[in-house]
Amino acid sequence: MTLPRRTHPRPLDIANGRIDLTHGGGGRAMQQLVEELFVAAFDNDALNQRNDQAAFDVPPEMLRGGRMVMTTDGYVISPLFFPGGDIGSLAVHGTVNDVAMAGARPLSLSAGFIIEEGFPLSDLKRIVDSMANASREAGVPVVTGDTKVVEKGKGDGIFITTTGIGVVPPGVNVSGDRARAGDAVLVSGTMGDHGVAVMSQRESLGFDTAILSDSAALHTLVADMVAATPDIHVLRDPTRGGLASTLNEIAVQSGVGIALRESDIPVRPEVKGACELLGLDPLYVANEGKLICICAPEHADTLLAVMRAHPLGRDAALVGTCVEDSHAFVTMRTAMGGNRVVDWLAGEQLPRIC
Amino acid sequence: MKYIDEYRDGGLAQALARTIAAEADPARTYHLMEFCGGHTHAISRYGLEDILPANVRMVHGPGCPVCVLPVGRIDAAIYLARQPGVILCTYGDMLRVPGSKRLSLLKAKAEGCDIRMVYSTMDALKLAQDNPDRQVVFFAIGFETTTPPTAVALKQAQALNLKNFFVFCNHVLTPSAIAQILDSPEVRVLGTVKLDGFIGPAHVSTIIGSAPYEYFAEEYQRPVVIAGFEPLDVLQAVLMLVRQVNQGRFEVENEFARAVTRDGNSKAKALVAEVFELRKSFEWRGLGRVPYSGLRIKAEFARFDAERHWDVPQDSPPDNKACECGAILRGVKKPTDCKLFGTVCTPENPMGSCMVSAEGACAAHWTYGRFRDIKAAPDSKVDP
Ligand code: SF4
Repeated sequence: MTLPRRTHPRPLDIANGRIDLTHGGGGRAMQQLVEELFVAAFDNDALNQRNDQAAFDVPPEMLRGGRMVMTTDGYVISPLFFPGGDIGSLAVHGTVNDVAMAGARPLSLSAGFIIEEGFPLSDLKRIVDSMANASREAGVPVVTGDTKVVEKGKGDGIFITTTGIGVVPPGVNVSGDRARAGDAVLVSGTMGDHGVAVMSQRESLGFDTAILSDSAALHTLVADMVAATPDIHVLRDPTRGGLASTLNEIAVQSGVGIALRESDIPVRPEVKGACELLGLDPLYVANEGKLICICAPEHADTLLAVMRAHPLGRDAALVGTCVEDSHAFVTMRTAMGGNRVVDWLAGEQLPRIC
Repeated sequence: MKYIDEYRDGGLAQALARTIAAEADPARTYHLMEFCGGHTHAISRYGLEDILPANVRMVHGPGCPVCVLPVGRIDAAIYLARQPGVILCTYGDMLRVPGSKRLSLLKAKAEGCDIRMVYSTMDALKLAQDNPDRQVVFFAIGFETTTPPTAVALKQAQALNLKNFFVFCNHVLTPSAIAQILDSPEVRVLGTVKLDGFIGPAHVSTIIGSAPYEYFAEEYQRPVVIAGFEPLDVLQAVLMLVRQVNQGRFEVENEFARAVTRDGNSKAKALVAEVFELRKSFEWRGLGRVPYSGLRIKAEFARFDAERHWDVPQDSPPDNKACECGAILRGVKKPTDCKLFGTVCTPENPMGSCMVSAEGACAAHWTYGRFRDIKAAPDSKVDP
């Protein structure tokens, strides 16, 4: 049931209007913004109730011993629009993926917006529409939200925080501390696409590429994988800090070493070329639509086949193995045949991209 | 992209390594210094030491622009950043290099100095144009490769008649540093450092050409092979050096002929000569004062010279006592010889300049090679 929209004397001037402080003030202007922009775009039953919270039923898995998961993430990227996505779609995909990396089925999202005074309404609408689109495509609705406006100079255009909840099917126990010596390390596709796509848009770097961000919701891929092999040890999406930093986290959490083979790690030639220009290592560049899967060696072939059968896992590859190592080093046999450490990212190598 | 992969072919690398092993005389050891940080980085990044025979050893040289700048020049940059109205801009790595009194530009920035990271000299110039009421100082560092862009910026500033753009010039010269190493007592008299040959710089040589190395190949009787920064370039250069040593030759050979000529880039050289002149001497970290090894801004461009405009201190405070960067830059010590390596000093918390830049010997070994000396790795990475 949809309540009748409250009417305002004049609709928002999306084309030329800008956010001002009244849009966060709790008064009529804010209510109009919420109605005409947010509720109109996200349009779902829970939101249409216009309550300060969303109520929902216990998911059926819970009655059979499933567990709930919850995650939250802030999105502060620059630039806001990049080839293959924008901050809105990223805020949906990123949080859906964080839920999915527990092997979970994402249920719903919340969204908090912090908008800087003067932000163009047309950009805001573009972002909100893109978010609504991403959420509809993923089948994970934004059921509650919040908007705040900060004075000019106190924000950087727009910051979005999304929270997601989901449910882990009974019998699934995916966790960063479950990697064991001997386990196989798989990735779902090419590394570094997102980071390079975002950086190509930063004007000071002055180069153009045809590289699109890989930003995507991975929960259907995860669902296929979990259905085929419920006993996956670790799932994680290599976002900020890239494959290298994420594997280091897992190595420390699980107390194992990880040995990679450089020639098996998929990287698009254009991404390699751009990284060369920028002096970056693709292993440290962010991804937003890829996952790392660590599983017992006997499950590797099945999982690879399942991943490759899914559109988001077509380039999946076996890139290394977990080894006994009390120092939890991530090492790599280079394409040249030598060995090296693949270290944590030292400092902030890159601009904000996720 | 094809272009890059050509120089990173694993099969070719293995084949080259086998040829090196076959031709290297098992009765002797070959100590080869790669001058450039770019080569140091490539060697560590691709694990090339693993595929070279045990008697071919690479010695890391001082060719990392961030590493060779002495503490005094960092202090001077901090001094400049503290002047009222100044915006100091520089390349990212410089921010983390420790100066004296545990200061760094990064800490000065946190204290409130206006210090900005730029990607090019043009960014600095633009900053000056955008902030006419501020004085913008560009902290210029680097070898012959980065000097021409600074020269261009100075000429542009002159053409635009900018009143608020300054350069703090720290450009240094490669050949004089190599000569200084070969002249050092460790190499000449004591024989504690053995150097049988040099891998010559890639990018630097595109500017200065291969001719400047002819003098010291002859004078010091050491072979030089100029090489590109790709792993196969490095291996090919090692093979060429091994052959020269075996045959008792000491010539300048050019592996990087796809980019380097004998005379270099005459346009760039002319531009540099128009704007800069030699300093009588310049202090290097590890090498001390090296005669005619640095550049200063010519009188004609004096009004853009930060050292003339402000009374920049010229002290030379000592390095952190425990830091071995100096000896490492001369090839006398290895990173693991330093007590602080990997314990107190890591890329997150560098105590010396060699741990800052990815091209520094300590950072390269810590980042890529430390699994070889497990002992040096702190236990912090073990399951908490
Ligand atoms: S490990 Fe640190 S303190 Fe030691 S020589 Fe290297 S940079 Fe200096």
